[in-house]
Amino acid sequence: MSDGNTLDQFTGATEYVLDDELAEIINITMALEMPLLLKGEPGTGKTMLAHAISESLNMKLIVLNVKSSMKLVEALYQYDTLTRLNDSRFGDSTRDVSNIGEYIKMGKIGQAFTADEKVVLLIDEIDKADTDFQDDMLDVLDQMEFDIMEIDRTIKAKHRPVIIITSNSKKDLSDPFLGRCNFHHIAFPEPDMMEKIINVHFPDIERDLLENAVTSFYRLRDINGIEKKPATRELINWIRALRSDPDFRVKNLERGDAPYLGILFKKSPDYAMARNVNERYRR
Amino acid sequence: MQWPEMSMRGTGDKKGNMFTTFFYTLKEAGIPVSPTSFLRLQKALSIGLINSLNDFYTAARTILVKSERYFDLYDQVFAHHFKGVELKDPDEAVISDIAKALLEEWLKHPKEIANALGVDESGLKKMTPGELIKYFMERLREQSGEHHGGSKWIGTGGTSPVGHSGYHPGGMRVGGISRNQSALKVAMDRRYRDYSQEGPLTQSQIGEALKRLRNMVPAGPKDEVNIDESIYQTMKNAGEIEIVFDRSLKDRLKIILAIDNGGWSMEPYIHIVQTLFYYSRAQFKDIKTFFFHNTIYDYLWEDPSRMRKPFAVNDLSRLDPETRFIIVGDASMAPYELMATDGSIHIEERSNLPSYRRLQFITETFAHCVWLNPKMEGQWPYTRTISMIREIFPMFELTLDGLEKAVSFMMRKN
Repeated sequence: MSDGNTLDQFTGATEYVLDDELAEIINITMALEMPLLLKGEPGTGKTMLAHAISESLNMKLIVLNVKSSMKLVEALYQYDTLTRLNDSRFGDSTRDVSNIGEYIKMGKIGQAFTADEKVVLLIDEIDKADTDFQDDMLDVLDQMEFDIMEIDRTIKAKHRPVIIITSNSKKDLSDPFLGRCNFHHIAFPEPDMMEKIINVHFPDIERDLLENAVTSFYRLRDINGIEKKPATRELINWIRALRSDPDFRVKNLERGDAPYLGILFKKSPDYAMARNVNERYRR
Repeated sequence: MQWPEMSMRGTGDKKGNMFTTFFYTLKEAGIPVSPTSFLRLQKALSIGLINSLNDFYTAARTILVKSERYFDLYDQVFAHHFKGVELKDPDEAVISDIAKALLEEWLKHPKEIANALGVDESGLKKMTPGELIKYFMERLREQSGEHHGGSKWIGTGGTSPVGHSGYHPGGMRVGGISRNQSALKVAMDRRYRDYSQEGPLTQSQIGEALKRLRNMVPAGPKDEVNIDESIYQTMKNAGEIEIVFDRSLKDRLKIILAIDNGGWSMEPYIHIVQTLFYYSRAQFKDIKTFFFHNTIYDYLWEDPSRMRKPFAVNDLSRLDPETRFIIVGDASMAPYELMATDGSIHIEERSNLPSYRRLQFITETFAHCVWLNPKMEGQWPYTRTISMIREIFPMFELTLDGLEKAVSFMMRKN
């Protein structure tokens, strides 16, 4: 019925193919008002998902890119002491130096809390930060408020944002953290799903190129002992390369001759191994 | 009614128990599920979020299970637990549900339904609701025979006109493309089997585990500007600029890595050990690497071929006792190699002390020693020398979990 339509709605704009299971999980998470922790191989579209959600729900997306050196307070707010110092010395701005509030800038979490409308808050790559950061952040997200020490004010969330947290890590996060999140692991897409994804990125792709590229991709991906398996991102770049090469023929792929392996395999031992297998397969 | 949904909403004790048992079965199977999350699942059930076994499968997993390593186990428990429930007479249950929904749909959009079923609208119009239901059920039964789950009508996804009767939180709901598979079938597919096993250690994983071994302390001259502190002090001085310097952080931790690189018994683990070796090289400035075969006698070797650069074990006592001493080896050998004077299988390597005395000497010299064994812990009891060495060295398996345990063991204060 609406199968094709729903697909178009999401994919047309966001280039993201959402499966049913994941949609269900997101709906439950939103209804329970809990953060959703997404794990999965790099390149399975964890970050893209947040974009897709914000788009489909028509909500603004605020992205907090976590860095290893980050302190929680940076994600909440910043007290711009430097500007204040500058203003106090040279006094050529319209700001009131005696009012500290004018020098408080909201961080990403702060922005999500103070937004006038409900927003989607994406906290990307939480595994980069240390455990204390993670637990403290969940405290803030749990209570939906934080204090600004300098001006002694409490910021309460006007609307509880939809919170998506991603992690690349194979290691589990701490138990208290996990206890407060819903969890989903995005598995690597099956070949037929992958064809849909590719189709979204290359709407005018030839059928036989699509099928053969995907088949070759999964064959190469399954080589034993590869350290960094190529993901969707690599496949898309690879197909782009194949299509831009005027000498490339789909027949080559059918024969098992896959060019541009360097796009798929980015570690030299992996590359060597893939080349080897490719050679053998061709013979 | 065979669908568990009836009980999901109500408080019926009999059916309620079904979920409680499910919870406990998960727990017994070894999935760390917390009561809080179970209550959360109950909440999801009570606000009508979950309307089918499919919904329940997804919801319970996302709420209860917090690591993909347990997804496979969850699938198995789910399939086992709910098999009897759904499969009593699944088709009839589904069909009568759908037939009812079809009837409602028919009352609203008769034309579409007629088209979809490929029949004449006027023919259907003459029927009474009872007849209609019967007719729909027959049609569905015909269809389900062929389409089995994949059919448009019986599809469970958000795309079927009758499948997804759902709760819309404030009108917010995202849709997706349907898998068109029942939860039970999905569970029995065991999609997550691969994730339940421990994969081979990659460099970055080892990195993650070993990172905690770093022990940063301030050292050297005060030559690094502490910006935060400078700003703070400047503010305190009412704007009179004061710059604060710090010593830079250096890792002062010393590490000795001794690797068993000889013999066929270590052969299968070479890759894993190499990874560990490369990583530690890149990560730690002050690291000494030694090699040995099977166990340690009078000398360790600085060259991998164990010929040119010997290092007397006695000289270890001159090194910083705070050094972390890590041995990587399978600890598998003939018992005499460990216990006998002159136990070495290499003729040129004669010693008047048995190897186990040497190992004891090392643990006495360094407060923090571990033995990493690439063999899995389950196999340890089958090798005599492993148990003997374990009496001397704290032993951990060379996996992510093992590495982590070893690291926290080594970072203990005493």
